Amino acid sequence: MTLPSSEEIVEDIAFFDDWEQRYQYIIDLGKSIPPMDAQLKTDDRLVRGCQSSVWLVSDEKDGKLQFQVDSDAIIVNGLLALVMAAYNDRTPAQILDFDIDAYFNQLDLERHITPTRGNGLRAIVSKIQGIARESR
Amino acid sequence: MTHSSGVLDVDSIRAQFPILHQQIDGKPLVYLDNAATTQKPQAVIQALTDFYTQCNANVHRGAHHLSDEATRRYERARDCVAGFIHAGNRKEVVWTSGTTESINIVANGMAQRLQSGDEVLVTQMEHHANLVTWQQACLRSGATLKVAPILDNGALDTDAFTELLNEKTKFVALPHVSNALGTINPVKALSAQAKSVGALVLIDGAQGVAHGNVNVCDIGCDFYAFSGHKLFGPTGIGVLWGKEEVLQNWPVWQTGGEMIAKVTYECSTWGELPNRLEAGTPNIAGAIGLAAAIDWFTGLDCDAIQAHEKALMASALEQADAFDGLKVIGNAPNKIGVLSFILQGTHPADVGFILDRQGIAIRTGDHCAQPLMRRLDVPGTARASFSVYNTLAEVDALFVALKKAQSMLG
Repeated sequence: MTLPSSEEIVEDIAFFDDWEQRYQYIIDLGKSIPPMDAQLKTDDRLVRGCQSSVWLVSDEKDGKLQFQVDSDAIIVNGLLALVMAAYNDRTPAQILDFDIDAYFNQLDLERHITPTRGNGLRAIVSKIQGIARESR
Repeated sequence: MTHSSGVLDVDSIRAQFPILHQQIDGKPLVYLDNAATTQKPQAVIQALTDFYTQCNANVHRGAHHLSDEATRRYERARDCVAGFIHAGNRKEVVWTSGTTESINIVANGMAQRLQSGDEVLVTQMEHHANLVTWQQACLRSGATLKVAPILDNGALDTDAFTELLNEKTKFVALPHVSNALGTINPVKALSAQAKSVGALVLIDGAQGVAHGNVNVCDIGCDFYAFSGHKLFGPTGIGVLWGKEEVLQNWPVWQTGGEMIAKVTYECSTWGELPNRLEAGTPNIAGAIGLAAAIDWFTGLDCDAIQAHEKALMASALEQADAFDGLKVIGNAPNKIGVLSFILQGTHPADVGFILDRQGIAIRTGDHCAQPLMRRLDVPGTARASFSVYNTLAEVDALFVALKKAQSMLG
């Protein structure tokens, strides 16, 4: 999938002056993530939130980590696209250096990444960071 | 409770809830997550402040004025609860941390008495608190868990319930009101049926107690469990009511201080009710806060509350019916407080996000009732739940916000 870079996303979102445009952008990003093959959606790849579910598949190519994600909720999918813009096709060191909280703060979306949110986003971030740590 | 034919003065009720008067992202807060927890009136906040500023001390043991005063307020709170639910006497009111602990006390005690071949009957609409507890009690004791199904409209299949009762049924646990669907169960009739086969009966009153008029003697159950925080009181305090003759020999739950009579290095004997089920320093402030909540709530006009809640539900159902693409989950003829729904083609979590940005607080997800969601074949629902301080204008605001969610997510 071709996603904008995290820098482009920060610029894009800064351009919007209300929440509606910002969320519409996230919804559109969510729709642009290609759906994951049903057979990949196994329980061991499932990160269950009490509000929505997220699947994560990871792979390594030329020292860079490749991720596929999918969620049953479209806004969560969009938020996952933001996470992918930061993490996909990066080296483990790049992933671990990236300040995801600052990134979500910049996007004014920090409420979605707090550990209290039942949407599985924080769990996905932790999982990706764990994979990066193991791959170093 | 007060009875009259008056109309509820919602404005003056709202004025007593400081938290309701705020804006979320520049929009007035519309709090429709009352089945999760209710907000607290100033009277409750004041009672907590008064306790900590005037008489904080441990209860039942201090040889001083503060402890006497704390004990007086704490035990008065027990009287207040006993009166509120029409308990036979004050010893039948056991303080717990909430509904979940209340049910655990009963399920753990029951697990020691159940045997292989015995049956425990619950319903398909249980909250996990009244399901996992019994499932685990059965697994430990070798008893069998039976589940009474619901009908497609979310009402209990009472015929199936009746058929599942037999001489092996030792315990029946069911909710007064379903947290996910709002279905009101005919708890009095169901309790009578369960008693007729000799089973003990527990009613999970977490969602039932805040609508007024709970009378445990009239219901005819053996146990009734509820939480303070869903009844305008603090979190961390709840009640297990049990019939004295059942509770007085109930296996103790936690052991330690407060609950003993005599202790040697070799053995201990247990104290009297209710203390034998209340080990350790209790949630003194919580109990006092809950009493303040009950005093506040019983000061309202009970008939007017019920008329108001009915009007809110009627308006919500009418607008839901007229809303293209909105499907109400749970259409039991007898329901209260909860509108569970899905917007077709959208995920409930997405609906929750868009509503949140418009200042509207609802809950989305499985509502701690995963088997029920599977039975209804939905990933979860969006749930708006109403309380005495909600207005018809807030119900309207919910549907305006839902229109926006539908157009953004569509």
